[in-house]
Amino acid sequence: MSEWTLFEVFIRSKHGLNHKHVGSVHAVDAEMAIENARDLYTRRNEGVSIWAVPSASITATASDEKEPLFDPSEDKVYRHASFYELPDEVGHM
Amino acid sequence: MYAQQVETGTKAIKSLAEMGPEERAFQEKIDAEIKIEAKNWMPDNYRKTLIRQISQHAHSEIVGMLPEGNWVTRAPTLKRKLQLMAKIQDEAGHGLYLYSAMETLGADRDEEIEKLHSGRAKYSSIFNYPTLNWADMGAVGWLVDGAAIVNQVPLQRTSYGPYSRAMIRVCKEESFHQRQGYEILLHMMRHGIQAQKDMVQDAINRLWWPSLMMFGPSDAESPNSAQSMAWKIKRHTNDELRQRFIDQTIPQLELLGCSVPDPDLKWNEERGHYDFGEIQWKEFYEVLKGNGPCNRERLETRRNAIQDGAWVREAAVAHANKKQKQQAAA
Amino acid sequence: MTKYDELTEFLLRLGDSALIHAQRLCEWTGRAPALEEEMGMMNVGLDLVGQARNWYEYAAERINDGTDADTLAFRRDERAFRNLLLVEQPNGDFAVTMTKQFFYDAWQFHLLTMLKDAGDERIAAIATKSLKEVTYHLRRSSQWVERLGDGTEESHQRMEKAIDTVWRFTFELVEKSDAELVLSESGNIPALSELPEQWLATVNNVFAKATLTVPDEPSAFYLSARTGMHSEHLGMLLAEMQFLQRAYPDASW
Repeated sequence: MSEWTLFEVFIRSKHGLNHKHVGSVHAVDAEMAIENARDLYTRRNEGVSIWAVPSASITATASDEKEPLFDPSEDKVYRHASFYELPDEVGHM
Repeated sequence: MYAQQVETGTKAIKSLAEMGPEERAFQEKIDAEIKIEAKNWMPDNYRKTLIRQISQHAHSEIVGMLPEGNWVTRAPTLKRKLQLMAKIQDEAGHGLYLYSAMETLGADRDEEIEKLHSGRAKYSSIFNYPTLNWADMGAVGWLVDGAAIVNQVPLQRTSYGPYSRAMIRVCKEESFHQRQGYEILLHMMRHGIQAQKDMVQDAINRLWWPSLMMFGPSDAESPNSAQSMAWKIKRHTNDELRQRFIDQTIPQLELLGCSVPDPDLKWNEERGHYDFGEIQWKEFYEVLKGNGPCNRERLETRRNAIQDGAWVREAAVAHANKKQKQQAAA
Repeated sequence: MTKYDELTEFLLRLGDSALIHAQRLCEWTGRAPALEEEMGMMNVGLDLVGQARNWYEYAAERINDGTDADTLAFRRDERAFRNLLLVEQPNGDFAVTMTKQFFYDAWQFHLLTMLKDAGDERIAAIATKSLKEVTYHLRRSSQWVERLGDGTEESHQRMEKAIDTVWRFTFELVEKSDAELVLSESGNIPALSELPEQWLATVNNVFAKATLTVPDEPSAFYLSARTGMHSEHLGMLLAEMQFLQRAYPDASW
């Protein structure tokens, strides 16, 4: 058992971008997690916003769920713009 | 190399035909260069090998702060002080990235650190050598970080996703370390007084052979290396990496106007590589066993840091618990 | 012994304090109570060496005799250093280190908040940049004081002992100075008359949350950084920090 809680860290590197997972830190509470994440993951100006989430609070898909969860979307080609053929006269759409 | 002689628990490598369906699917993924992620199925020995290798790598970063810590209070200018502080801080950061990657495998950081402190886990042999003059700060950056980079660049493509991503981050940040070290030496050689030039040569004399030992003994015969390569945890042999390091370092050495303490070193036109003398592996094994010049001090410092800090970590937990209770009651 | 004009002395007080505090932080390398703290302490140290360099560069320009930031840092004796007595005190345990850090951060925070509006543009610019860093330092050290003060029985006792150890050096953080009065009257810096109350208010506030007692007003005599009357600790610290520049005066690094 670890003395300090493990937090997953997500960083928004620039305004307008999504937060992205970068790693984890140990901390006693959320406040310390944010500071430790700041000291560890933004030493080179890498972020404008940080999220810290207790690792235990993250629900993830299991690897054996990959097929039922993600394969069904493979053949839904009609969800992509390139599926629809339009004559050149239409121009950019 | 920051991870040396990592045990894989393998005597002989299995062929695909000898594997069960899960292991075969796993190996096929590796062969197809698909990264393994934390939640994917993996052979027990793959997991254990990675935990050993990543923790060793992390321990090396943390212990590696100490030889530089020996000079950070004596850096000669404000600029050099800032550079060295930033470099040492990066090392702590790299240790943390790596421990973080290791924890995705289900290992506990405190337990792995305890193994280091009780002498059950290894770390790079190089950090058991003392730093005896300021030029060592240059030579450590140039030679030790240089050797580490040669090892770490291919590790960016290692098969385990979190390790690979940690290495990408480390490599990106470490590019300044080697340049910083070389620049310290170059400045002393080009603009320094004789005493400084002597420091540089002295530092190279002491650190050259231990730097070559960082890559570990020849692994042609080692089933551990072969298994690590089959799993693509490791991507080149120790000898290949050592040769690559020597080939890229000697021209830089010549530019400095210094020499290395190896009378057998010379360019081999036919091989297209430098030949070099025999490495004293006896010394390497002694250092690995704990008998190097600074092994005891390094581990004692780390043990004391964690022991002396226990009350601080406990107090922080106690305070967080109190606050949580207050908030729950409110 | 050289005594510079009021403004230069003031710059040295700021620069020396930042550098000497950072030097003490460097002594923690590889010895912090948690790996996360290695990062935190070094970040603060890096900020402070940077601040010291900025103050020194300005001071060196004013002295204008070929002196540069490095000469100021590495070639002066202890009697010429103007750093707060507080920051030269040995690190002790993490409680002493954090108590020093907190007292210093609170002082820097309020001082720089005033200085960012200084009439002297150079001072205003350095203060504005430094204040961003120090705001974070103060937040971090306040939290640690709270955690350790209101943590376990042991941590509370260690904090009380730490406060007892360094409190007497805080007289310098709350004393009024004629030199600074001259500087504010000439319009170089704003009046610093409220600094003592503001510093004390921050200490009271954080100590209340930390269940720690604020001691009575510190009284001191004889020692004073303004005249280079330091504790004995500074000389040893400088002997280590200045070693290379002193041993090889003709060298270039």
